[in-house]
Amino acid sequence: MIIFGVALLSICMLIGVIVGDALGGLMGVEANVGGVGVSMLLLVLAVDYLKKKNKLQVKSEEGIAFWGGIYIPIVVAMSAQQNVVAALDGGGMALLAGVVVVVVGFLSIPFISRIGEKAKVNEQEIELSILPKEQIK
Amino acid sequence: MMNMIKEGLENNGLITAFAIIGIVMYIAYFLSDKLTKGRVHGSAIAIMFGLILAYIGGVNTGGEKGISDIQLFSGIGLMGGGMLRDFAIIATAFGASFSEVKKTGISGITALFFGVFYSFVIGVVIALCFGYRDPVALTTIGGGAVTYIVGPVSGTAIGASSDIIALSIAIGLIKSISVMILTPIFAKKIKLNNPRTAMIYGGVMGTTSGVAAGLAATDVKLVPYGAMTATFYTGLGCLLVPSILFLLTEIIF
Repeated sequence: MIIFGVALLSICMLIGVIVGDALGGLMGVEANVGGVGVSMLLLVLAVDYLKKKNKLQVKSEEGIAFWGGIYIPIVVAMSAQQNVVAALDGGGMALLAGVVVVVVGFLSIPFISRIGEKAKVNEQEIELSILPKEQIK
Repeated sequence: MMNMIKEGLENNGLITAFAIIGIVMYIAYFLSDKLTKGRVHGSAIAIMFGLILAYIGGVNTGGEKGISDIQLFSGIGLMGGGMLRDFAIIATAFGASFSEVKKTGISGITALFFGVFYSFVIGVVIALCFGYRDPVALTTIGGGAVTYIVGPVSGTAIGASSDIIALSIAIGLIKSISVMILTPIFAKKIKLNNPRTAMIYGGVMGTTSGVAAGLAATDVKLVPYGAMTATFYTGLGCLLVPSILFLLTEIIF
C-alpha cells in the first residue's frame, strides 16, 4: 500500500527531527541541528534493509517516490516566499559578500574533491596492508 | 461572481498553490524547451519565476514572505514551508545509494568544516572593508555569510544589534539565491555530475535551500547527496561561529 511508504518516510522524518532538536538543545542552539540529514540517512538505511529482505513492495515505494517527485515544485513554492526584497535592499555589502562567498566556494570544490580522493586511496592502502577489515569504519 | 471565485481559491489555499505552481512549472518547462532547447533546465527557470513572484509579493505588501503575503497566494506559504519542504527533501534520499554516501565520508566532513570556516572569514573581511571594527558585528556578519540562520543565531547569542542581524540575514539570503542561480552555470566546470562532488558541494555551500534548488536545476538525482551534507552545515555553523570563531575574532580585533 502507498501509505506504507509514506508512513516509513514520516517515521524517518520524525525520528530525525527529534534527534536534530535534541542535538540543538545539547549545543544550546535553538535550531534543529542536522535533523533532515539524520532523517535522510535513516531512510537510505531503511530502504536498503527492506529491499535486501524483499519486504518493500512497489506500491509502498511509490508512496516515497511521489514525495521525491513533488520536491521541485515545493522548492519553487519555497523560493516564491523568500524575502527577496530585503535581500536586495540589504545593500551593496550583502550583495558583494553573498556572491563572493558562493563564487569562492565553487572555485574551491575541485581542490577539496582532490584532497578527499587522496584520503580515499590512502584508506584503501591501509585497509589492504595493515588492518583487518572489521576495524575500518 | 469574482468574489465567489476569490473565496473559493482562498478557502482552498494549499490546493490553489498546487494549481498555481503547476502552471508556473508548465510555463517554465515550455520556455526551457522552446527558447533554450533545454540548455537552461526547466526547474532553474521555475525557481527564477518563484524568486520573481517573491519580489512582486514583497514590493506589493511590504511583507517578508514574498508572494505568500498576498491572501490569495497564502497556500504557497504552506506548500513551500519548512514541513513539506523537509518531507520532500528526505523523500529524495530514496534514490540515494548508501555505498556512495560512505565513500564520500571523509571528504564530505572536510568540505563541511572548510565551508563554514572560509564563508565566515570572507564575511569578516568584507565587513572590515566596509568599516566594521566591533567583534560582535564582525562575527554576526561572518555568521550571515555562513547561512541566514547562523547569522541571527550567533548575533542573538553574542548580543548584536537588530540592524546588524538584519544585514547578516540579507547576506545569507543573497548567498542562498546566488547558489540557486549559479549552480547550473558552474556545474560543468566543477564536475558536479556525481554523488561525491554533490556531497562536497553541499558541504562547502551549506545553504540547504540554495543547494537543493541548485542541484534540482542541475540534476535531480544529485539532490539527496548535496542536501544531506548541507543540512549538517547549519548545525556546525551554529556550533562554531558563536563560540570558537567569535573568540578568535575577539582576540584578533
